[in-house]
Amino acid sequence: MDLVLALATALLILVGTVFTFAAAIGINRFPDLYTRMHAASKAGTVGSALMLVAVGVHAADLAILARSFAGFFFFVLTAPVSAHLLAKAAHDSGYPLSDISVLDEKKTDEPRI
Amino acid sequence: MTSAAITQFAVNVGLFVLGVSFLLTVWRVIKGPTLPDRVIALDMLVGIVMGFIALIAIRTGFTLYIDIAISLGLVGFLATVAFARFILSRKARAGEDGTRPPAVPVVPAGTAAPPAMPKATKPKPAKSSDGKQKAASARQPEDKPKTKRKPATGKGET
Repeated sequence: MDLVLALATALLILVGTVFTFAAAIGINRFPDLYTRMHAASKAGTVGSALMLVAVGVHAADLAILARSFAGFFFFVLTAPVSAHLLAKAAHDSGYPLSDISVLDEKKTDEPRI
Repeated sequence: MTSAAITQFAVNVGLFVLGVSFLLTVWRVIKGPTLPDRVIALDMLVGIVMGFIALIAIRTGFTLYIDIAISLGLVGFLATVAFARFILSRKARAGEDGTRPPAVPVVPAGTAAPPAMPKATKPKPAKSSDGKQKAASARQPEDKPKTKRKPATGKGET
């Protein structure tokens, strides 16, 4: 049982770090703000949230597991909100998409002012 | 014994990879051409630090660190929301860091102005040769914004 918990903890930690590392690569490699947001707000969030779950699994205590899941859901639920707000603010302020973007649906769907 | 070694190994590898990720993200904060780029990189730095805190919690056994990570996530969320409101209220200034194409032709600063001037002069001699040469040539050396002057000269001629 102890070994299973340790393996689960190690797996959660390693998967979380891989997600975070992928996000760190993506935030440097993607061409513009809106594509970088894919990496930062999806992969980065899942990476650190998995490591929070790893703490709860490692402790093998229901109270700590509950707290770690509270942190998990809090972080997973707030990251899309902040990312959406930031993307909307940047788009409304006029920050351009990269040159290789083919479609800007927010721009075409908006009523012409 | 072996289970503790497994956890310890995973934590050490995780700390190393998180450190590399942290440095890569800091590079984006430094380099990021626009303010939203830096804000999204700072938002991700908060996530990486939360991962650091979780790994330290596993390593030391102080599970109280989870509460610190939760409150750090709350602070990061509020900071990102505040920055989004700030970006929305500030509006992007044209020509910021050279990434934003100027929407209005008047806006470009010193860098964009020199290439624009020779382009503006070239079409004018062709038009002036067709129309009234003396009036156009006389006004060109005086006033540099030629595009606005042209319709005025055309109206005066007619």
